[in-house]
Amino acid sequence: MIKLTVNGQEHAVDAEPDTPLLYVLRNDLGLNGAKFGCGLGQCGACTVIVDGAAVFSCLTPIALLPGRQVTTIEGLGTEDAPGPVQRAFMTEQAAQCGYCIAGMVMRAQALLAHTPDPSEQEIRDGLNPNLCRCGTHMRILAAVRRAASSLRAAAPTKAAAQ
Amino acid sequence: MTAVLSRRSLLAAGGGLLVFVAIPGEPARADDVPLPGSLKGTPLLDAWIRIGPDGVITAFTGKAELGQGLKTALIQVIAEQLDIAPARVTLVTADTARTPNEGFTAGSHSMQDSGTALLNAAAQARLLLVETVATDLGVAAETLTVVDGVVHAPGGATHDYGSLAAKLSLHVRAQPGGGLKDPAAYRVMGTSMPRTDIPAKLTGGAAYVQDMHMPGMLHARAVRQPSAGATLLRVDTDAVARMPGVVKVVRDGSYLAVIAEGEWQAIKAMRTLGASAEWQETATLPVQADAPALIRSLPARDIPVLSWTNPAAPAVKRISARYTRPYQMHGAIGPSCALAVSSDDGVTVWTHTQGVFPLRAALAQLLGLPAEKVRCVHVEGSGCYGHNGADDVAADAALIARAVPGRPVRVQWMREQEHTSEPYGPAMAAEATGALDAEGRIVDWDYGVWSNTHNRRPNVGGLLLQNAALPTPLPVPPPEPIPMPEGGGERNSNPIYALTNARVVSHFVPEMPLRVSAMRALGAYLNVFAIESFMDELAIAAGADPVTFRLRHLTDERGRAVVQAAADSFGWGKPAAREPGHGRGFAFARYKNLGAYCAVALNLSVEHETGRIRLGRVVAAVDSGQPINPDGIRNQIEGAMVQAASWTLYEQVRFDRRHIASTDWSGYPIMRFPAAPESVEVHILPRPGQPFLGTGEAGQGPIAAAIANALHDAVGVRLRDLPLSSERVKAAIGV
Repeated sequence: MIKLTVNGQEHAVDAEPDTPLLYVLRNDLGLNGAKFGCGLGQCGACTVIVDGAAVFSCLTPIALLPGRQVTTIEGLGTEDAPGPVQRAFMTEQAAQCGYCIAGMVMRAQALLAHTPDPSEQEIRDGLNPNLCRCGTHMRILAAVRRAASSLRAAAPTKAAAQ
Repeated sequence: MTAVLSRRSLLAAGGGLLVFVAIPGEPARADDVPLPGSLKGTPLLDAWIRIGPDGVITAFTGKAELGQGLKTALIQVIAEQLDIAPARVTLVTADTARTPNEGFTAGSHSMQDSGTALLNAAAQARLLLVETVATDLGVAAETLTVVDGVVHAPGGATHDYGSLAAKLSLHVRAQPGGGLKDPAAYRVMGTSMPRTDIPAKLTGGAAYVQDMHMPGMLHARAVRQPSAGATLLRVDTDAVARMPGVVKVVRDGSYLAVIAEGEWQAIKAMRTLGASAEWQETATLPVQADAPALIRSLPARDIPVLSWTNPAAPAVKRISARYTRPYQMHGAIGPSCALAVSSDDGVTVWTHTQGVFPLRAALAQLLGLPAEKVRCVHVEGSGCYGHNGADDVAADAALIARAVPGRPVRVQWMREQEHTSEPYGPAMAAEATGALDAEGRIVDWDYGVWSNTHNRRPNVGGLLLQNAALPTPLPVPPPEPIPMPEGGGERNSNPIYALTNARVVSHFVPEMPLRVSAMRALGAYLNVFAIESFMDELAIAAGADPVTFRLRHLTDERGRAVVQAAADSFGWGKPAAREPGHGRGFAFARYKNLGAYCAVALNLSVEHETGRIRLGRVVAAVDSGQPINPDGIRNQIEGAMVQAASWTLYEQVRFDRRHIASTDWSGYPIMRFPAAPESVEVHILPRPGQPFLGTGEAGQGPIAAAIANALHDAVGVRLRDLPLSSERVKAAIGV
């Protein structure tokens, strides 16, 4: 049994220690967001956040994860109450087939946490590990710009509330 | 009473909808009038629309959502014509047990076929519902209004669709053109309704076949033949059978697969199994760099496309050029996936195929079952862009599921399997010769295109990937061209321009050095690249502005409007000051010369040291007929241009004489974010009330030629072989 903390919840997982996190999320924890794209760290469809950093869950064995915080797109919000990055992607209709989109959102979430006011080049470089084949790039870029400004607009309120 | 008359009386019972004009000696037959869209093959209204006594509205389409927003657009069409809120429509997509057979979801046909059928079916269902109230009340139908599925009579009485549906049969034949709304009254069609599928995709909902989980489900992986025609000599199945979680190893001739309880266990077992397999292989592939030239040289069947002969002024200048494209791949981000469960009753397969009915026929043959024992249910997958691994992975799931009856089996291909096993977009070559008169008009045009087939979609078992591995393969049908006006390799080889003299020949090459099939836009990608590059070359030879030169030869009014709109939006008439290494390009086509019009203007710059092209501002104008969802059209055109910009700048399948070398994204690079255009704008020319023209494949050819034309404008070199890679640009500019 390996203990994982995913979206704030603890799980005891009965899987071989070399099992990549991706398969445990999808098949053991019922979290569909992270997708199998390449298994090679080349496309980013499996991107999740571990301790604040975007990682390829297809290359991250669960043996490395006890004591660390895993966040998946399911942890950002729901259809009825989406998180700011999810909301920005909805507003921009930034998906075609959408297979890559959960990975894009997670990559953007991690980027904006570190770089709240990114330049266009910083956004493009930040999304560089993730591939989209439908050609939705321009909308994804617009969604990340929109998310950045909405997060910045919300930040003072949050600071005041705290 | 004949069948026709009984249908008439049914319709009469539904509210006296039809008026038949009796012609002496010639009984009126509504059946004789061609029905629009897919109503032709499936004319009964209740095949498309059903209304339950509880008011639940279910609609059916034989087309599949391929990630292009089709479901949302169809829901808009149904909601508009039925006068109901879009949220009330439940849309059932491609399922051999439930929906009309609409063949393949391909060729930008879904709105034309299924959209048109549902438009008319919904309009006629509404008409029948309203007529029922009119007859009951003895009032004219025109005095009634419908608000969200409730019919309002002048006196204030209301009747909801659910209660009316109980009195009415929709098991009636559709009639041509009945009950359609005036486009001026549209409230849902023509608006950018948000896509219905996006919220689930952004929150981890089960959105794809890859996300399906079933009780008792097992995971399986196939070990593919390492090269075409490889024969399995030896494999150690015993060691793999003892691995943790392994349920069974499947071997049938050279077909090899493993089933396990867990997905990662299946992957590890697949790797061990693959490592122990010994194969006999032969070198079957050509030399990669020579592929288009090889296609040009193989025996071909010549198919005349057009021949125009008219008096013209004498030619003063004649130029020729040759254009090629390499093998290119669909490259879905999500490798293909399917689930299957096998029992004594037959096999059910959940699949992201583009054609559930043809796939059913192919799987039935492969499995040796009657077709009615196979059910194929479409579930959305990753975007496919044509015939990729979707059908073949469904065959894997069906073949493997037989080994574990009663238990659902999920198979997803590995990245390497998707890259090396999918059928590729064919390598092609085209040759053009054109002559100009003293006034700078084209007076002669000669064009030939060489290509394999663009359609090897499986409708028989012999066309599935696994067939060659099985001990007794089924016969493989010979490749066939797709006839014009749609065409395969010759799609869009017929220029849209008004030329006095022209000859176009399609050279159909039956021999296929690599496995190929339909990839988005088919031959139109190369033909539009070639024709629109050549138009630019002719314009330069004539000393004319490329946009003016196109308009000089374009009489199609809608085409002219699109060209003008793109040029105006871009500011073509007001060029910026020239900078070294910067250029602008223009291109235009009407997809298949039957579908959507699309013109593209763009600028780019070339990095002198590396030959790298940086795309700047991209502006497109499009006319897709009546727009259903303008934002959906913009999304499709943006996607077509960005995807095809990637094809154009980077993409070619690499291989040696035996193996595909493009096994992953490092061996087949595609566009990443830093290289995306600076900006993309799409301007729609709405044509209310005009037929749907489809959208998904209108932009690929124009963007390719616009890039090549802008590259020439920037650095003065003309590249005619795709891709326009930095290596080729660098070599051409002599760095």
